Formats: sequence, C-alpha cells, structure tokens
Amino acid sequence: MSTSTSPIGAGANASAAKTTSKSNATNAIGAPPAHRTGSIVVENAAKATESIANGLPVLGRPTGKTDRFNGMTGAQILLQMLLEHGVTDAFGYPGGAILPTFDQLYEKQLNFILVRHEQGAGHMADGYARATGKPGIVIVTSGPGATNTVTPLATAYMDSIPMIVFSGQVRSYLIGNDAFQEADVTGITRPVTKRNYLVKNVRDLPRIINEAFIIATTGRPGPVLVDLPVDVTTGKIEDAVDDTPYLPGYKIYKAGHSKMVKAAADLINASERPVLYVGGGVILSQAWPHVREIARKGNIPTTTTLLGLGAFDENSPLSLHMLGMHGSAYANYAVQESDCLIAVGARFDDRVTGNLKLFAPKAKIVHVDIDPSSISKNVKVDVPVVGDACLCLEEMLGYIEPRPRSSWLSQVARWKVSFPFAYKDDTELSKPQAIIEAINKVTGGKAVFTTGVGQHQMWAAQFVRWSVPRSMITSGGLGTMGFGLPAAIGAQVGRPNELVIDIDGDASYIMTAMELATMSQYNLPVKVAILNNRFQGMVRQWQQLFYKGRFSHSEMVNPDFAAMAESFGIRGLRCHRKQDLIQCVEEMVNHPGPCVVDFLCETDENVYPMVASGKGLHEMELGIVGCAAPNSDREMGTLA
Amino acid sequence: MRHILTATVMNEPGVLAHVANMFSARGFNIDSLVVGRTEDPNFSRMTIVVSADERTLDQVRKQLAKIVTVVKVRDYKETPYVSRDLMLIKLSAAASSRSEIIELAALFRGRVVDVGMSSLMVELSGEEEKLDAFVELVRPYGIRELARTGVIAMSRGGATNAGTDEEGRTDQRPATARPAVRQPVPAKRQPSQQELEATPPG
Ligand SMILES: Cc1ncc(C[n+]2csc(CCOP(=O)(O)OP(=O)(O)O)c2C)c(N)n1
Ligand SMILES: [Mg+2]
Repeated sequence: MSTSTSPIGAGANASAAKTTSKSNATNAIGAPPAHRTGSIVVENAAKATESIANGLPVLGRPTGKTDRFNGMTGAQILLQMLLEHGVTDAFGYPGGAILPTFDQLYEKQLNFILVRHEQGAGHMADGYARATGKPGIVIVTSGPGATNTVTPLATAYMDSIPMIVFSGQVRSYLIGNDAFQEADVTGITRPVTKRNYLVKNVRDLPRIINEAFIIATTGRPGPVLVDLPVDVTTGKIEDAVDDTPYLPGYKIYKAGHSKMVKAAADLINASERPVLYVGGGVILSQAWPHVREIARKGNIPTTTTLLGLGAFDENSPLSLHMLGMHGSAYANYAVQESDCLIAVGARFDDRVTGNLKLFAPKAKIVHVDIDPSSISKNVKVDVPVVGDACLCLEEMLGYIEPRPRSSWLSQVARWKVSFPFAYKDDTELSKPQAIIEAINKVTGGKAVFTTGVGQHQMWAAQFVRWSVPRSMITSGGLGTMGFGLPAAIGAQVGRPNELVIDIDGDASYIMTAMELATMSQYNLPVKVAILNNRFQGMVRQWQQLFYKGRFSHSEMVNPDFAAMAESFGIRGLRCHRKQDLIQCVEEMVNHPGPCVVDFLCETDENVYPMVASGKGLHEMELGIVGCAAPNSDREMGTLA
Repeated sequence: MRHILTATVMNEPGVLAHVANMFSARGFNIDSLVVGRTEDPNFSRMTIVVSADERTLDQVRKQLAKIVTVVKVRDYKETPYVSRDLMLIKLSAAASSRSEIIELAALFRGRVVDVGMSSLMVELSGEEEKLDAFVELVRPYGIRELARTGVIAMSRGGATNAGTDEEGRTDQRPATARPAVRQPVPAKRQPSQQELEATPPG
C-alpha cells in the first residue's frame, strides 16, 4: 500500500452524509478538537458531524482550510496547538531529533517537567491523566528516547489512559537508512497505542495533532504516539492547510441502545440478588454518581475492580470492596451467588473472574461498555449495552425500581462480618497491612494514592477505605513495577495542592527511583511510603506456595532508602519500630515538601484471600480471613 | 469454520502491519489476506479468510473494526457472495503432453498465457476448490512454479458492502436462554495447571 497524495473527490460523500445513523456510533469526521475537561459528556463526540457511511466510507472531507499556520514551523505549530488543546503541563527529556521542539519550550508557556528517564515521563503523564482526567503529554527524542516510552505506552494502553507521546525522529529522507538514533518507533509502538502517526509533511501536522487529541481522549481512551522527523518540526507551512480531523474509521459510542438499556433495567428489577461490578471505565467516563445512585435506589451491593476503586464509597454498607484474585471474600461470594451481575466499564479480566467456567454461575449478565470488542470477549453476556457508561447509566437510572432486597442485603452483611480483610499483628516488625491502616487512619483515605506492583499494591487496595474517584492510581492491566513514584509525581503536577502518597514496594520503588531527582528539582511534595519487606514479596509468596519455598532471585538487598532520599535533597525518614507507626505517618504527611519513609516490615506475610489459578472465585483460600479478628480496633472488623 | 471478511481500510503505511499484527497478537489464524486498491485511492480493500468458530469470528470482526485506520468490516457468514482466487501455474510440458494440458486448461476455463520450449504457463481463476482441483490434475506433468493471489470476495446483489457489520449487532439481541453454568469462550489452547501456576504473579 502506498500513501496517496492526490486530492480527494469532494462530491462523493453527498449521499453518504445524508444517511442518518440508526446506530449510536458516530464517525468523528470534522470533529473539533476537544477533550474531557471535567464535564460529564464528551463534547466533541456530540459536535462531530453526524454521518455514518451507508456502504462505502465517506469519501470526501470538509475542506476546512486555514491560513493561520502560515509562516510557522512544525515546532511552533506543535506548541501553539498544545496550548489550544488546553495542555498546561508536559513531561519529557530532550535530544537531538527533538531539539527544535524543545527550543519552543524555552519560553515556559507550558509547565514542562524534565524527568530523569523517559519511562518516568510516560508514567508521570499517565499518573497526571488518571489524577485529572486530562490527557498526559510526553515529549522525547528519537531512538532510545522513544523506545524508553514503550513500557508506559503499554501500561496506559492496558488501562485505557489518555496520553500523547510526541517523539523526535530522524529527518524523513533518512528514515530507513539506519541513521543515528533512528528506530522504527511507529512499528515498535503499534501494538501498544490506540493509534500512532509518522508525520511525513509539516502540512499534515495540524490535522494529525487534532486527530491525536480526539483519539486519545474519546471513546475508550488510550495512548497515541506522534513521531516527528526533524524536517517536520523545522519545516514551515507557507500557505493554507486543512486541519480538519479525518477519521472515517473511528467510531465514538455515546448513548446506549434504548432497547438494551431498558432490557438491562428490567433484568435488574426482576433480580433478587444483583451485584454491581464496577471497573475503571466508570472513572474514565465519570459515571460514578450514577453508579452510586443506581446502587442506592435498587439496594444493589457493589464491588469494584482494582481500577474501579474510588468509584464507589466503601464506607457504604452496600460496598463489597474489591473482587477477584485478592478481592474480599464477601465480594467473591456475592458474585458467585448473584442472579444478576451488572458489569460497568469492566472487562472480565482473568484476575477478576478466576476460572471462567465457574464464574458467576447463577447470574444473568448485563455488560455496559464503550468498547464493543469487550462484550462477550471472555464471558457470554445476556444484555450488552454499548455506550458511554455515564450516558447509559443515566438513562438506566430512570428505569431502576426501588427494591428493599433485604434478605440479600442481610446475607451480604453477614459475609462482611464473618470475613473481613484481616491480619495477625504478632510479629516484632510491623505487618505491612498495619502500615497501610495507619496511613488510612491518618489521611482518612482522603489523598491521591499511587502504588507499585506486588503485595503492597493489593494491601493498599484492601486496607485503604476508598471513597473518592481518581484517588487510586495503579497499574492494573500491565502490572508495571516502577509505576508508583513517577505516577505520583505526575498526579502531584496535576493536583498541586493535594496530598499525594505513593505506597510502594521496595523492589518496585527502586526501578524508577531516579525520579527522586525530578521530585527534588521541582520541589513536588510527593510522599513515598516504602513497604520495605526486603523482598519481591509477591514473587516470594508464589515461590512459597507453588515452588516449594525455593526463593529464586526474589530477595532484595536494598540501600538505606532514607539516606538515599536525603542525598537527593528530599526528607528521608525511617520507621523501624511498630510503636512509631502512627507518628511516622503523621510526620510524613505533615512534612511540607517531598518525603520518603522507609517502613521496615515483616517479610513472611502473604496476601489473602487468594484465588489460585484455575480455581473459581468461591474456592479462594481465606488464610487469616474469617478467623476471629485479633486486633479489636481495626476498622475492617466493624464494617458491615 | 472458514469465514470470509472484507475490510475497507485507509490507504496508508502501517495499516497492513497493524491488521496482521492484531491477528497474530490475539492468536487468530489467517488462511489468506489480500490487499488491493479500490475505486477510491484513499482506501484499500482487504479480503481476509479466517478459520474460526462463531465466537472467535465475532471477536475478529470487532477487533478489526476497533483499529482506527480500518473503516468498515463485513463478514459473509449470512450473505450470498462471489469469491475468486487467481492462479498462475507454470508446468513442464514436453511436446507430447502439451495438447493434453491445453485441453485441461480449456476445460477449467483457464488460458495459456505463455509457451516455452518445454513449459506452459496457465492462468486460471475461480473459487479456491476449482483451482485446487486443477493443481491436482496437472501435478503429474510437473509443476515448476505456482502463484496464487488468495481469495477476494464480494456480496451478491445491488447492495454496496452487504454482510454482517462490525458493530456486532447480533450482540444487541438478548439471548433468550442460556445454560445455568457459564460457557467460557473456547480457549485457543487450554493452559495446563502447571503453566497457570507458573504465570508470573503480576
Ligand atoms: C517491570 C516488572 N517486572 C517484574 C514484575 C513481576 N513482579 C510482580 S510483583 C513483583 C515483586 C514486587 O516487589 P515489591 O515492589 O517489593 O512489592 P511487594 O510484593 O514486596 O510488596 C514482581 C517482580 C512486574 N510486575 N513488573
Ligand atoms: Mg517488597
């Protein structure tokens, strides 16, 4: 296939454009650049030209030629358009092929954060996006600069996070010649981006930037990469160009099919043991008020995935907390007993379902999702509703009938009393769970939390009482160790006046710890709580359970984390005695600047409940969960 | 089951790679994939033959449509269609066997397009099975070279781009009855317990 530069026949789309769509999918042709900026509805989708091709795709395109870029270089256009798209902050690292763009950043019209490794820039942009709902912006150089963003792109792609990476590239006429710092970045990143572009001509740049923002932020959001050869960023536009987005293959799903919404509500109304299963999509579409209202109105117990934490108020008696492999016993039991499972913005991930053959055997399944390919991918769905969760639930809410469901609720309450998350506080060192409980107690759960990946991540999910959307920022789908610190930095940039705490594991933390220098340079008051068990704890748990305790290369010999932080000019604290726990957490939280606390904790502690691979959710191993609570003032025991 | 899908895609570099990559990354099997220009220089048309059960086909359709540069997807599961494969085949043809081969080619409505001292090239088009049959018939003469385009297809009748569309509308109908025990999607390959346990924890 070759790229055609011939002009496109303008008349050919007349008949196609007249056809009004019966479907809710809208081709984003001619959509103005816009992204979610706090309002619940996606504006640009509504404004997009309402046309769906009947037969061949729309052949022509609006000729929205503009001369406003005349005389500007690609780099100037990039900066101007970033500002127009509402970008206020960006993360990155310079290098030869992106220098024209960096020259534009010299005037500081954008708050630019210089990172220490491009992976950090990617996770910062990701954390920024998760904390604010705005797309995260990354600017890096060609070759190694761009390849260093692959892990963050994959992380964002798995969790559907809006992010745009602008990477430098060698001059377009050198591409393919193995030039210095050349890499096939669009080839490398294709599987981990929603869309990527190699800009070949500066005249295409305005259109491509508009398209990048639409694709990253609408529908099921995701990362986009735009590769910018030096001759594009230095090249000038001399006369009028068309910057109208042209996306004939892109559909934005909005409201759900009315019949399906009604059918879903009917199913829910007729059910006796419904469970709402809420995923990250609810955060992305800002549908949490509707979720909470539906749960309240119908008396429907609600569980969230790892990415859905905060969408529901866990202080509510209807909350079942997280479900799945390390979810609560009561969430898992409720799903297995349910006669109607309502999945919203969730994708039936294997860490959630356990053995699919045994998953929710008694339930009819309603699935609300914006991505049609999520529906019936893993689990056969009875009532699919394709659309934006916010709009779908808003409509559904009108049909939901109040029901007491008292016997179901009292069953759920009994499970909650019998099987709270638990641990035994019987070691000389603090239990990791106790550290998280202390953080929860001091902050009231009212902070923005990020995590690494491992046991500490699961304990954070279990022992923080989540109630605020966008307060849990964690790598769910890809499980990227090293995510916590840079994501916290990004979150802090996006929400400068709020308390941001990275609950990290010792092994995860050190993977990206060089970003302490970034934190220090910009004096970002991020707090880092390292749950230091001197092990890759989650790996140790699996080796203990499934590999006869052969701890192959999972033990960590760590530096003095407090001293290390101090060497970066960051307050470093140690908490080695459990009687100091609350005081240390208070000191950390009250410190005005950045602060790292090395919480020494017990090594031999496992995460429970645990659904072993191949097992159904109800077959989870409870461990300590379900035994009498040893520590009476733990709030978990009193929830119900 | 073999299924034929067509996809109208934007004519730009990377689209073919994206589609091919998606198939391999998700473990779908492609029997053949043909790309060619259309009446509009901005779009190409892919014809893809996949072996898949119904559920997998549904996923293939949706995953294809999800690719931003893929504009339209159709499958011909429930639509009458015409399909064609084109073949060039070079056969050893001594003077003695030449007329037999020419006769066979004529029977199959093929054409002889090149004649050498000891060889013949035949052009033949039709449904795949017909081409397969011809290949078997002429094999004894000695096949020197063979090239096939792979299948292209088009729906019958006046409608433009008929077929089951990519929005998976079949999904918009609630199933009337379903078994009490959930049927998982047939896995491509069931991992063993050992493999499951060996999966890195996260
Ligand atoms: C980049 C990366 N490499 C490897 C893994 C596999 N892995 C998952 S959890 C884990 C151990 C994490 O250790 P730590 O951060 O100390 O957390 P803990 O489990 O001890 O709380 C490892 C190695 C991963 N998820 N990500
Ligand atoms: Mg650890």
